[in-house]
Amino acid sequence: MSQAPTREVAKRVFAREFNDATYTFKESDEERAPNFALLPTGDRANRVFVVGTLTETEDIGDDSEYWRGRVVDPTGTFFIYAGQYQPEAAAFLRDTEPPAYVSVVGKPRTFETDDGSVNVSLRPESITAVDEATRDRWVVETAERTLDRVEAYDDETNEYAAMATERYDASLLDSYREEVLTALESLDGVAEDEPEATA
Amino acid sequence: MTDVRQHAEDLHEQFSGHADVSVDEIEERLERLVDEFKVPMDEAKRSVRSHYVDETGVDRDELAGGSSDEVELGDIDQDEQWVDLTVKVTQLWEPRSDSIAQVGLVGDESGTKKFVSFETSELPELEEGAVYRLSNVVTDEYEGQYSVKLNRTTTIEELDEEIEVGDDDVTIEGALVDIQSGSGLIKRCPEEDCTRVLQNGRCAEHGEVEGTFDLRIKAVVDDGVDAHEVIFNEAATEDVADISLEEAKDMAMDALDTTVVADEIRDEVMGVYYRVTGPTFGRYVLADDVEELTERPDTESTLIRARSM
Repeated sequence: MSQAPTREVAKRVFAREFNDATYTFKESDEERAPNFALLPTGDRANRVFVVGTLTETEDIGDDSEYWRGRVVDPTGTFFIYAGQYQPEAAAFLRDTEPPAYVSVVGKPRTFETDDGSVNVSLRPESITAVDEATRDRWVVETAERTLDRVEAYDDETNEYAAMATERYDASLLDSYREEVLTALESLDGVAEDEPEATA
Repeated sequence: MTDVRQHAEDLHEQFSGHADVSVDEIEERLERLVDEFKVPMDEAKRSVRSHYVDETGVDRDELAGGSSDEVELGDIDQDEQWVDLTVKVTQLWEPRSDSIAQVGLVGDESGTKKFVSFETSELPELEEGAVYRLSNVVTDEYEGQYSVKLNRTTTIEELDEEIEVGDDDVTIEGALVDIQSGSGLIKRCPEEDCTRVLQNGRCAEHGEVEGTFDLRIKAVVDDGVDAHEVIFNEAATEDVADISLEEAKDMAMDALDTTVVADEIRDEVMGVYYRVTGPTFGRYVLADDVEELTERPDTESTLIRARSM
């Protein structure tokens, strides 16, 4: 199997930011050009890797099976949809009894609802059961990657940050940093910061 | 010191003992070419060097030695540099051409590089496992890979010391996010020196053959910044997927299908974080050493970072 284009890296992003990534784009006119979601912290994501708790599964298909799963991280919920073209992921959602820790590799997808708002979901390439250690590692790793993006946001050469400033409310940037703290503090044994005394 | 002056001194050093020429004179020639005639510095140096070679009748090969520096193999990142090395011969290969006297690998603490010596250079033979100081070898580049060439100006001094040869291994960490086709229970060509993976019982070189079973994983390990392709051989596969070649064969036999093995492996390793160490081969990292990462990474530094932003 030829793999001429380089494989797209699986970006790490918390659910809260992922669900805000409503703008998608392509970078070339070629027919098979990859589709990217624009992350509000100023990066593009063709693929993501998420780890969280599968809390609910439901077959919402009419004629054929179409499974929806909710995967929760410390900041929000990823919506996973798997149908006949993702048979392994669909089978996993059918056979797995929530709650369970799962890892999902998948592609961001957006769809417009009847009221005009845009929902972001995840089309899985794979879902597997993992343990708590893997989930904790993902939280710390995703925190680091998110901070990397927030830090690089003001670089003049950061074209995706420029794009994000154009498409999203840049005042939300700090909220993603806050989410990082929330996520880290949610881990067992991590103490919350003492509230700072106001001078 | 100006750039031109520095280059003039380099050249002067190369001619020391060969030609009676001052640094000023060399500088003047360089300046004229660079400033007046807009010749790039590399080209100007080359031209000035040629001028004095012609004038003095010095052997060009003898000249180059003046500027060679003692370097480590890992520092070699340029073509056609004259360098001195202290290395151990770690491998000798069969030369594929009559013009090549010896070919193999030399190594120092920073890693290994290929070396070649030519029949025409009439150099003494290097022995595998021995340590040498090689003066005046020249670097070469092919498709981004560097090697060193010995030549007839190279001096070889055998040293009575042992040096530790560093490995060229890379270490990567990340989550295993994909298993590629060609993973699981595979069959290889049994012909001597041919280990090609069979496609539908056929070897690309030897046609239809009775293959021998092997176990491997071709996977992608991704840290959110880079996606690395990694090959786990039989031992590494047994290690991470907790399945032996015998078990894999039994499993495939029972199911009358080899794909069950890849499915079993997938369930074990997908989404798991690994630290993988091994040499690179083309675009692949060969997993010599694999460790599953189960410890939670330090949260304190990340917290401090988030709070201080």
